[in-house]
Amino acid sequence: MGKFLIPLAIFVVLAIFLGRGLSLDPKEIPSPLIDKPAPVFSLSQLDKPEQMIGTEQLRGQVWILNVWASWCVACRDEHPVLVEFSKANTVPIYGLNYKDKREPAMNWLQQLGNPYTASIFDEKGRVGIDFGVYGVPETFVIDKQGVIRYKKTGPVTQETIQTKILPLVKKLQG
Amino acid sequence: MKRFAIVICLILSTSVWAEETKLDAAGEERVKGLAHELRCLVCQNQTIADSNADLAIDLRTQIREQIQAGKTDAQIKDYMVARFGDFVLYRPPVQSNTILLWVAPFLLLIGGIGFLFWQLSKRRKLITTQQFSAEENQRADALLKNSAANDSINNKS
Repeated sequence: MGKFLIPLAIFVVLAIFLGRGLSLDPKEIPSPLIDKPAPVFSLSQLDKPEQMIGTEQLRGQVWILNVWASWCVACRDEHPVLVEFSKANTVPIYGLNYKDKREPAMNWLQQLGNPYTASIFDEKGRVGIDFGVYGVPETFVIDKQGVIRYKKTGPVTQETIQTKILPLVKKLQG
Repeated sequence: MKRFAIVICLILSTSVWAEETKLDAAGEERVKGLAHELRCLVCQNQTIADSNADLAIDLRTQIREQIQAGKTDAQIKDYMVARFGDFVLYRPPVQSNTILLWVAPFLLLIGGIGFLFWQLSKRRKLITTQQFSAEENQRADALLKNSAANDSINNKS
């Protein structure tokens, strides 16, 4: 009996560790920015270069920051979901146009629809670095005090919106 | 003309390190050192020194600018950790949540050595308990003599 118990125990421990490993996504890195104030920035608007948008302006409301770019393939999958979500007008979505050029970015919005209240133009990717962006698209939920409460790396799906983002936004707004 | 083209190509291909701002030799060494300590989050098993992903290039530029601004290595690392988390450090820091990572190899080594000695002592016991009686020894001698005689016959043939 004892002879079987040891290999069985080893197998169970290994199975637990490997099983856990399977369910983890190595691309999903916990952001140190959660529950920290959103980085301060002031950048020009994508379609109006003379108009600046900054962190201060956005304070006092719950808002979503969606990092996107016209060169980003996964953003194309995500885009219809955001367009659909923006129609409900529950929460303003601000775009951070990351390391892009104005012209292709504006064409992109014209062709595929514009879910953003405004897009912030981060040509050099500086603000992106401050937000710890490493895999576009990324999405942040920021509360009334300007604190980051949620981050999603990779495309937002209908499911993410329904199960994570919407409940959180409702809670923060309420 | 061909030679000229080759020279131009060689000049243009001088190292990916030549990004924007210029530093002195010591500064460049520090950029290299730091770049080897930081992980590229896009291609997770490479440092930002080894990677040519856009993000890696941007982060190297960041390091360069911060060195120029007179930041220390520790300050630059803190800057990266504040944005990308501990994962950005290629060598994980010793902390409460990484302590298992650091001590597990030593625990396994000690456990392995313990197991080895335990097994060896078990074997030693097995060997020492196997004693032959005088009768058995005589039989063994006879058999050995016999086989020795057989061997010599076999060898001759």
